[in-house]
Amino acid sequence: MQPLLVCDGLIAGYDRPVVGPVSFDLYAGEVVGLLGSNGAGKSTLLKALTGQARVFDGCLTRAPGLRMAHHRQQPVRPRECPLTGDDLVRLTGAGRRTPPDDVARLLDCRMDQLSGGQFQIVQIWACLGSPADLILLDEPTNNLDPEATTGLVRLIREGLGGRTLLVVSHEADFIQTVCSRVVPVSP
Amino acid sequence: MLELLLDPLFHLPFVTGLLLAPVAAMVGVYLRLRDEWLAALAYAQLAGAGGVVAVALHASVMLGAVVAAGGLAVIKGLLTRPGNDHYVIFILVGWGVALVASAFSAHGDMVGKSLMDGQLYFTGRPHLMAAVALIVAGVLCLPWLSGCLLMSRFYPDHFSANGLSARPHQITFDLLVVATVAITTTSFGVMAAFALLFVPAWIAWRLARGWVWVLWLAAGIAVVAYLLSFVLAVALDQPFGPVLVLVLAAMSLLRWLPMPVPGRR
Repeated sequence: MQPLLVCDGLIAGYDRPVVGPVSFDLYAGEVVGLLGSNGAGKSTLLKALTGQARVFDGCLTRAPGLRMAHHRQQPVRPRECPLTGDDLVRLTGAGRRTPPDDVARLLDCRMDQLSGGQFQIVQIWACLGSPADLILLDEPTNNLDPEATTGLVRLIREGLGGRTLLVVSHEADFIQTVCSRVVPVSP
Repeated sequence: MLELLLDPLFHLPFVTGLLLAPVAAMVGVYLRLRDEWLAALAYAQLAGAGGVVAVALHASVMLGAVVAAGGLAVIKGLLTRPGNDHYVIFILVGWGVALVASAFSAHGDMVGKSLMDGQLYFTGRPHLMAAVALIVAGVLCLPWLSGCLLMSRFYPDHFSANGLSARPHQITFDLLVVATVAITTTSFGVMAAFALLFVPAWIAWRLARGWVWVLWLAAGIAVVAYLLSFVLAVALDQPFGPVLVLVLAAMSLLRWLPMPVPGRR
């Protein structure tokens, strides 16, 4: 089976290298975690995959036609925003799937009327529910209390539908619970 | 005085304005989405300056407005992160150029005054045709353009992550803004055009729940403000532009209505 994504000795950053060299392969249906301390460069690595960070060295190979969805560590959320959760999930194509109850009850609210945790859950569903082949989740447990984190684990398991997930987190317990494989990341 | 409303002389300007007002308001919603609301004034001011310069060069006012606003769009495209500071400079340049250029001829002075005062009644058939063309173009490209602009705003790396170019929708939007501002400015005047681009979107942004409702509410506010202003300007024998600006300023109080709560539209 051909991998969806191959990172071979990747060194990435902005004005200067921040992370790497990192090497790993991603196969269809895998749930892989990137685990590392704060400042290790995990988010930069995801940004390198999406073309938002500079690749200094190494090789990044994507399967032809690979579709990605990226949940950022700090999703865009204007202070005043009339879009509803429903607008957001329609935008990514997640509106075609029936959302779990935890998400469905939030979709009618304006984004600026959701709490930080509620907004995080809607954003994650917008990515999970999209038709992307590879979903990148950057620190998905941000703003979530323990109960909501349990709900997030359920959401990922139910929403992924056999697709590939690459998760970044500094929470080892969460990574171990959700992922089938862990890749350590260091600066 | 109100019988003037039925005067055939006013029919063409009335219809032109009625078509342009909601379009400008909807374009304003997208400018606000992109945090470029001050760009609306920069575009309007430069379009006005372009119109006055065109008179000095014996060219069409609307062509001058389009070229000047288009120039700003090109410069904006070259700046990787155009902040509001840049737009302030363009506003100042537009104001200065408009006043200096209007001093070169009596005709330029008259056009400059009408663009600053905002005399809708001077609009002619070219404005109406341009407004119709603008609406057709907007209706054709908005379904695609809207999704791209929203994705760019809320998922900024969607395009680079999926090997897609963001340039086509960025250029299309800039062209739409240039055309809208140029036609609106030469029809309504500089400040009235800016008010139409800014105020309805600002109110709708606060009150609407859901993207489609923002667009409809902004367009509705613009139409109501336009109709009210047209009647008041004719009835009170005042220039249209300032009346529209004052009506929109008064309507901005609507922002302090309670925000919508989930479960009720």
